[in-house]
Amino acid sequence: MAPSAQPTLDTSPQVSDEIRQTTCYMCACRCGINVHMKDGKVKYIEGNKDHPVNKGVLCAKGSAGIMQHYSPARLQAPMKRVGERGAGEFETISWEEAFEIATGLLAPIRENAPEKLAFFTGRDQSQSMTGWWAQAYGTPNYAAHGGFCSVNMATAGIYTMGGAFWEFGAPDWERAKLFMIFGVAEDHDSNPIKMGMGRLKERGAKIIGVNPIRTGYNAIADEWVGITPGTDGLFILALIHELLKAGKIDLEYLQRYTNAPYLVNSDPKSPEFGLFLRDKNDKPLVLNRKTGKPVAFDKPNVKADMAGTYKLKGISHRPVFQILAEKYLTDAHAPEAVAEQTGISAERIKRIAVELAHVAFEEEITIDQPWTDWKGEKHDKMIGRPVAFHAMRGISAHSNGFQTCRALHLLQILLGSVEVPGGFRFKPTYPKPVEAHPKPHCKVTPGAPLNGPHLGYVRGPEDLCLADDGSAVRIDKAFTWENPMSAHGLMHMVISNAHAGDPYKIDTLFMYMANMSWNSSMNSTKVMDMLTDKDANGNYVIPNIIYSDAYSSEMVAFADLILPDTTYLERHDCISLLDRPICEADALADSIRWPVVEPDRDVRCFQSVLIELGARLGLPGMVNEDGSAKFEDYADYIQNHERRPGVGPLAGFRGKDGKGKGRGEPNPNQIQAYIDNGGFWIDHIPKEAAFFKPWNKAYQDWAVERGIYDAPQPYLFQLYVEPLRKFQLAAEGHGDIQPPDRLREQIKATMDPLPIWYKPFEENIVDLEEFPLHALTQRPAAMYHSWGSQNAWLRQIHGTNPLYVSGDIFAEHGFSDGDWAWLTSRHGKIKVPVVKMDALNAKTVWTWNAIGKRSGAWALDEKAPEAQKGFLLNHLISELLPPKEDGMRWSNSDPITGQAAWFDLRVKIERADAGDQTAQPHTKPQKSPVGRGPKNISYGEEF
Amino acid sequence: MTALPNSTDKKLGLVIDLDTCVGCHACVISCKEWNTSNYGAPLSDMDAYGAEPDGTFLNRVHTFEAKAPEKPAQIVHFPKSCLHCEDAPCVTVCPTGASYKRTEDGIVLVNEADCMGCGLCAWACPYGAREMDKAEGVMKKCTLCVDRIYNENIPEEDRVPSCVKTCPAGARHFGDFADPESNVSILSAARGGIALMEDQGTKPVNRYLPPRPKADVTGTSQIDIPNPFLEPTPQKAGGFLGWLDNALEKI
Repeated sequence: MAPSAQPTLDTSPQVSDEIRQTTCYMCACRCGINVHMKDGKVKYIEGNKDHPVNKGVLCAKGSAGIMQHYSPARLQAPMKRVGERGAGEFETISWEEAFEIATGLLAPIRENAPEKLAFFTGRDQSQSMTGWWAQAYGTPNYAAHGGFCSVNMATAGIYTMGGAFWEFGAPDWERAKLFMIFGVAEDHDSNPIKMGMGRLKERGAKIIGVNPIRTGYNAIADEWVGITPGTDGLFILALIHELLKAGKIDLEYLQRYTNAPYLVNSDPKSPEFGLFLRDKNDKPLVLNRKTGKPVAFDKPNVKADMAGTYKLKGISHRPVFQILAEKYLTDAHAPEAVAEQTGISAERIKRIAVELAHVAFEEEITIDQPWTDWKGEKHDKMIGRPVAFHAMRGISAHSNGFQTCRALHLLQILLGSVEVPGGFRFKPTYPKPVEAHPKPHCKVTPGAPLNGPHLGYVRGPEDLCLADDGSAVRIDKAFTWENPMSAHGLMHMVISNAHAGDPYKIDTLFMYMANMSWNSSMNSTKVMDMLTDKDANGNYVIPNIIYSDAYSSEMVAFADLILPDTTYLERHDCISLLDRPICEADALADSIRWPVVEPDRDVRCFQSVLIELGARLGLPGMVNEDGSAKFEDYADYIQNHERRPGVGPLAGFRGKDGKGKGRGEPNPNQIQAYIDNGGFWIDHIPKEAAFFKPWNKAYQDWAVERGIYDAPQPYLFQLYVEPLRKFQLAAEGHGDIQPPDRLREQIKATMDPLPIWYKPFEENIVDLEEFPLHALTQRPAAMYHSWGSQNAWLRQIHGTNPLYVSGDIFAEHGFSDGDWAWLTSRHGKIKVPVVKMDALNAKTVWTWNAIGKRSGAWALDEKAPEAQKGFLLNHLISELLPPKEDGMRWSNSDPITGQAAWFDLRVKIERADAGDQTAQPHTKPQKSPVGRGPKNISYGEEF
Repeated sequence: MTALPNSTDKKLGLVIDLDTCVGCHACVISCKEWNTSNYGAPLSDMDAYGAEPDGTFLNRVHTFEAKAPEKPAQIVHFPKSCLHCEDAPCVTVCPTGASYKRTEDGIVLVNEADCMGCGLCAWACPYGAREMDKAEGVMKKCTLCVDRIYNENIPEEDRVPSCVKTCPAGARHFGDFADPESNVSILSAARGGIALMEDQGTKPVNRYLPPRPKADVTGTSQIDIPNPFLEPTPQKAGGFLGWLDNALEKI
């Protein structure tokens, strides 16, 4: 045939009838999306170019949203359990019956003992609303998924510098010249990080990836540090040692913006040993270099000393910086001392320290932008240290994670690279110091609300949630001596504690969007046993379980009442400044979801259901004086609820005229204004206020104008965290509020007010020769926890999850790809397929997270590879450590925050017979309440 | 046999930056999503929720591991789709004329109305870039989003292939290789763009930018530091505290 026969094409087909702009929910990134609608169906989803988060790009998950929205696993209607728990046998019921069952359980609990309701939500990001509901209900038992996610990162960041990574801040992608990224798989904040790394590459900035596994971001890093899991803190403190030894630190920054000069009581005999010296106004004191006299830390035009001794009434006081320098200059922190444990040579640690110092101090950048600090001192320019850091769960999901995250922040701050051009920058509503956060509240009054917000930041032992007898008030034992700073609660302990009746029995477990019988729990097999366990009378030990999910997940099978949620395209939502904001370092921003498609099933947005439930229960704030419902639904709440006068869930288009920014009366047309604006609102920070935010007067004033605070909140970074020291002091025997003796040594050893490193707890427990390997999971870029497997497109990318084994171990065991192995921990044993991978720390094995599925879940065929070959490491991880000598078992969590220590896991590997090529344990199938997905699909043929 | 044009006015194609690609599969799914409901038959998924899901994709990402002795291993993510070859063997092998290369822009397409699903073109393609759709029985391949790049219903700046628009890391670039001043020509020249398997004589249009040398493999850093070691603070005048005192005095 001749080329002239080439057919004529229509190269300008109509793409869609209409574009509806909303917010993605295929992961927690919260990108703006353009949903192209054709004939009432979703035809194409692309990134929204104007959106601050993703600026037009979209990841694999986002583009696969069509398959999620039309997933065959979508629940169809409310259901009540008719078979045994776990079997998946349900009967469809009406919403009226569902509400009657729910209120029948919840109303008497509220009247008699509100703590008998445990209400925990998962990855929903509507915590400001669900927390408000739980507070009005009156139970102390509320939290979201942060405890098993990354509370170490959040808490270490807030206590140290008033903000952490991800939602709280971001590297200055446009100016950084050296970027170090620790323990980040490709899931978190994924599009902004990919975009940012692309920009660094364009500009020729160097990227150093620190991760035992060289996938994704680490694959493109210019240098990969394949660190031994759990030793990041050692590595970071060795870098600090090198920088201090060479004086390569930003002294002026430390002097001005941190508590480095604060005077610390240095007399071990004093009951205030380790606390700050304060004046009569309770202000910490610093030494004035000129006069040698102590003055309040905030006195203008004082150059504070950073070393020296000040004696008062016979007690010596020394500045934080001196204590800090002495601590990290010891040989124990020298690169040579940590090389073997970290798996990084001393030469390499030294060279990386050189590079950090070089870029921070020899490649300083300057922006000609005058600004005024909180003391009123004027600066004619903004000086930047273009070294930026980012980190995530890889360093935080260890029992030493809190202190490791603290160590990283200390490194950033010593280099003077936080809130400066080229460094790490906060995103409003951060920076926000501990003082601007609530304390935890737990006072229960039957029939009445809780006395304040559940979650918060303790300042000392007096803020713990303890009953008069010293027992835990909360079912998850958050804010107790076992984990005093558990700012996000411990969702991973709820089922275990409720089953054990420790600290007490509950009546109803109410959960939302968290697959707690499967991939979101440690010890999944045992958790399923706990959920189905019965007492001597044949009653379930956990009496009632209410669960809301949009899909037929593993957790659905274990609930008694199912409240089916919508898909993300069918619902209202607000990505609120009161919650986890989507702001940029240069802008305040929030966004909405709205029903771009109406549900075609008998399902309801969970938050609307909560609001109706609240109204039926007569909860304060949810009913009018006459007892009628105050809000019609979630959208009505989003638009009309006020948290403080003039401040509500959405910050944009406030006031009757829609012009209010951050503050203003409710606007009856606010949601429409968001829709008209592309689904989001953005307000740029004035240039003068763009950096040095914690100390920048213009930023502080702007933040007050926008309703972020009601008064300026300038503060100094806390290199030395005094609240930690207060817990240690108590453990040493000081004060009225005393820890149980069994915890004294742990508190003394771990709650150091300066960052430390200690061995992950599991390493003290197991025989390291018997269990020589570390086992990790990572989330793939193209899947978000358990949701992805129901997605016909995404499951073709990650339908199975082999165990990746380093070359040496592979050879040692004579493995070939596709062989099977037994992987054994101190707690359990699983059979898994193995694949060789050399780009891996030699002592580590790993797999993708949450690919393994229970047969019958997610509307998949029971023979689906996810259910046959897919597996979870969760079966190997216990939520409890082995019993101590006294018989007590402690949670497998960070002892400071309670973060689940997923990555402490140690294992051994052995060959297994392939047998039936099925991963073990193989859980009995659950019945699917939604049937099976269709055989073949050809999506798009209708267009 | 089908003839190729002697030359094309433009040579549209992609530059794919292997130094920047994190292997996230965004391009894979965005491609699937666009192309399942635009040009030609949908991209089906057989056994979509079953034991052996098997769908049609016009673009896939492969992952390779490379390891030199005594050096850390490296991973390269390699997105692969049709390279729109100038001497496209998939066109010349087509018995019905369904496969063709457009004279105006060089895009290689399948006219599905004439495709009988014999699969010869997939066999002829040395890159494995064509996939037979099992539901329709027609050959599917990358169209460079021919229904996007000229589409007057799409804002001008978005008239690029779906994979290019969506790539979060900015690792994919689209343009005209016939124009030496185009973005893709300049980028490819600057970064040593590679024509895949040149020895096959297919003259692929797409170019791959090779990964830059890794510091941990080559032992060199791109940060130019005159002094490779940090000197300790002068120890004479009171050690660290002496240094500190001096340094504070200068602030």
